[in-house]
Amino acid sequence: MKKVLDQVLEVYPAKTFKNRKKHILIKSNDEPNPVIQANVRTVPGIMTNRGCCYAGCKGVVLGPVKDMVHITHGPIGCAYYTWATRRNKAKAEDGGQNFLEYTFSTDMQEKDIVFGGVEKLKQAIKEAVDLFHPKAVGIYATCPVGLIGDDINAVAQEATKEYGIQVLAFNCEGYKGVSQSAGHHIANNNILESVVGRGKKPLEQKKFSINMLGEYNIGGDAWEIERVLEKIGYNVVGRFSGDGTYDRLEQSYVADLNLVQCHRSINYIAEMMEIRYGIPWVKVNFIGVESTIETLRNMAKCFNDPGLTRRTEEVIEEELEAISEEISFYKDKLHGKTACLFVGGSRAHHYQKLLEDLGIKTILAGYEFGHRDDYEGREVIPTIKLDADTRNIPELTVEKDEERYRIIIPPERYETLKEEIPFEYYGGMIKDMDEGAIVVDDLNHHETEQFIKLLKPDMFFSGIKDKYVIQKMGVVSKQLHSYDYSGPYAGFRGAAVFARDLAAGVFTPAWGYVTPPWRKEPLLEGQIVGGEK
Amino acid sequence: MLDLTPKESYERKALRINPAKTCQPIGAMYAALGIHNCMPHSHGSQGCCSYHRMQLTRHFKDPIMATTSSFTEGASVFGGGANFKTAMKNIFSIYNPDIVAVHTTCLSETVGDDLVTYIASSEIPEGKIVIHANTPSYVGSHITGFSSMVKAMVAYLSKNTGVENGKVNILPGFVGPADMREYKRILKIMGIPYIIMPDTSGVVDSPMTEGFKMFPKGGTKIEEIKDTGNSKRTFAFGSVSSQDAAIELEKKCKVPFDTLPIPIGIDATDEFLMKLVKLAGGEVPYEIEEERGQLVDLMLDTHQYFHGKKVAIIGDPDTVIPFTQFAISLGMNPRYVVTGTPGDKFEKTINGMMEKAGVQGAKVKSSGDFFEMHQWIKNEPVDLIVGNSHAKYIARAENTPLIRLGFPVLDRYGYYYNPKIGYRGSMRLIEMMCDAILDKMDRECKEEDFELVL
Repeated sequence: MKKVLDQVLEVYPAKTFKNRKKHILIKSNDEPNPVIQANVRTVPGIMTNRGCCYAGCKGVVLGPVKDMVHITHGPIGCAYYTWATRRNKAKAEDGGQNFLEYTFSTDMQEKDIVFGGVEKLKQAIKEAVDLFHPKAVGIYATCPVGLIGDDINAVAQEATKEYGIQVLAFNCEGYKGVSQSAGHHIANNNILESVVGRGKKPLEQKKFSINMLGEYNIGGDAWEIERVLEKIGYNVVGRFSGDGTYDRLEQSYVADLNLVQCHRSINYIAEMMEIRYGIPWVKVNFIGVESTIETLRNMAKCFNDPGLTRRTEEVIEEELEAISEEISFYKDKLHGKTACLFVGGSRAHHYQKLLEDLGIKTILAGYEFGHRDDYEGREVIPTIKLDADTRNIPELTVEKDEERYRIIIPPERYETLKEEIPFEYYGGMIKDMDEGAIVVDDLNHHETEQFIKLLKPDMFFSGIKDKYVIQKMGVVSKQLHSYDYSGPYAGFRGAAVFARDLAAGVFTPAWGYVTPPWRKEPLLEGQIVGGEK
Repeated sequence: MLDLTPKESYERKALRINPAKTCQPIGAMYAALGIHNCMPHSHGSQGCCSYHRMQLTRHFKDPIMATTSSFTEGASVFGGGANFKTAMKNIFSIYNPDIVAVHTTCLSETVGDDLVTYIASSEIPEGKIVIHANTPSYVGSHITGFSSMVKAMVAYLSKNTGVENGKVNILPGFVGPADMREYKRILKIMGIPYIIMPDTSGVVDSPMTEGFKMFPKGGTKIEEIKDTGNSKRTFAFGSVSSQDAAIELEKKCKVPFDTLPIPIGIDATDEFLMKLVKLAGGEVPYEIEEERGQLVDLMLDTHQYFHGKKVAIIGDPDTVIPFTQFAISLGMNPRYVVTGTPGDKFEKTINGMMEKAGVQGAKVKSSGDFFEMHQWIKNEPVDLIVGNSHAKYIARAENTPLIRLGFPVLDRYGYYYNPKIGYRGSMRLIEMMCDAILDKMDRECKEEDFELVL
């Protein structure tokens, strides 16, 4: 394996070589949790897969909140590219609105760059309010906004007063941080600061209330998860933020437990809600059959209610019954195959579990923008040094809300449970990987191509920019961001859909036609037509 | 679907909703892909580059390669020179293109990065080339970006060496690879030697044959681009996407040019053929005349399904203009004609052709968007919508047949293999439109009215 890395790295100029070496490692039992370099600036010109802070904030975390008008303050591209391209599904609730079929922009022109865009932004908010009367409005800064000095926070404050609805400003200029990750953080801060717990009337405290954190309902994932949770008896309050609404964010403080699916994008809110309201959080994984079962059992332990625990086991049994035949059918077809995964900040880990259910071995995995804790586990957080590119992302300090803080699980029981359940903890990806597997941070095009040549995986899960590169190299590539327009992939039924989609990719007859017959057989059978020339 | 769009019109001055355009750099990236062995490079923060690669990939279902300077906050304040130099070193060492075509974003344009100086002070290996175009996202649209990059090819590379090549230059406009193939096919039949620039055929519609190639077989060769300075004439198709480059080439290398509409539909294709045959002398080969005759035959055969039908057309100006004329030639009634790309010429040209055809009361708008067009349709419905994939929401909301034309088409496969230009492309468009209209009729008519033969 060491040789493989040498071959991959050899083409790099000295400085790039030195940099990239720290982002790639081989899992070995001698050193079960090695240090990886992550969340640092991208090497220019290397052809990264990464996006920007705006994408992380507007595109990922806030965009799915369906009843808000999200106004991109910038030239048209940023709004255009986040228009219905991420499959965070939503449907309007009774009497509610759903803006996800729309994209809103101030469509900045040259004169807005020269004279500032504040007036246009104010007018755009007015028009949005006049036209739609939304629950709330979000304003999202793009690259030039920070440079020309438009004060979007002042505009938001003023508009909040004028229209009597919450107008939120997000300083998520594309150049902030080093990836989408900074945008998550900025989104988290503002949601917690300005939205969560804002609702004036205290909400009725229902039994078994939970919040889904970091679940964006791609291809209906959150709906599939909620279907099972509701069947067991849970009451989903806050959705952060797939199929989410503004009210649900506001009222999320009443829940008894926060479930963190995507650690990277939402761990900030989970931590801050625990400090402010006393709501414990637990790392969950609804991707994969075994992971889903483990998650459901952990949740039952948190609530420690005999009825809920019984119902959990009943539902697990029913759900397994419904899919096990299909899963074992596909497992027979797929087991023993090898996979590489390169996805944003969480799926590269979660999906290893689902692949394991199908007998598929992960030989390489990496994140675009995970931090060291997503690779190595939260225990390394105190040792992470913030560099200059990340230091300017504001850290929010929250305090206990004396009025709303509750002790939900008594401290003694919490400590005992902590032994069994990932309370406030995420172990990261590396610990779950096999010896000899390769871990790569911020994988780029060159490395993708080389690793495929050298490792010859049977399948490579990645995104749209890689998909056709990988397919042209003769390897199946299923997208784990958009699910290739399929889904859901979460939960029990999702596992079956995933298995079916994967088998379709691996066994499509078209692979057999790649080499034309005249390249397979000798063509020396003499001339068919003689003497006609 | 689109339930929140009110019927009542509301005049917006600032809020853009569901735009009928995107920003400059994606057009420049697409143009750069039309150069053989070229790496498009986005000088800005990396989000732009990822978005542009994504959207092109989604349209073509093919790999789209491009690199970025990956600005951080520091570079955004102090300038992106260091990022640029590092990028060039990495690109040539790792990916080894023959040429890097740099475009900018709203970030580097607002900062005021001086690309000419950066290029001059970068380490560029012997025999390799770096060109650039300024593509500020807050001016124009993706079509403007395309135009700027084509102009940059001329500015950096075209040369009049004094040795005439006897060729015509074809600046194809912002069209797909199948259209570029169609230009070439027509010129070959006409027996006219040509240089087409840019040419994305064989790049973004690459086959599944011998594996992935970072730089596929297609693309205009650098030598050919240089040689455009020695051609006898330039045909610039689409005034917004091609004319600037043609003007530059005339200024720089004294190659005269004609600006023509992109040859969509019978009138624009006739105009193209007439120019060609006048230039080359001789006759139009029967092969082409046969195609034209087939198109006219099809126009006559299908006229009852098109005559008087109301159509809404939305898209890029150089596509919408000739298409609107085509719709008129089919006896249709264009009600709404919209582009997101700013520019007065659009409205003037369309209104001119409407007036000539006696079509009255149509709404024509540049810098328009899907939201407003939808409001118009709510007030006075149409029989057919012609637009890119974003139009499908309106088509569903209003139960109106749709044909996909232009960029991007994100939700259908094989679109990129069929030309929409020339007589052949026009036949294909008639087929698509007629299918869409008849499919709806078949789906919705009473059972007793269901017909086998139509």
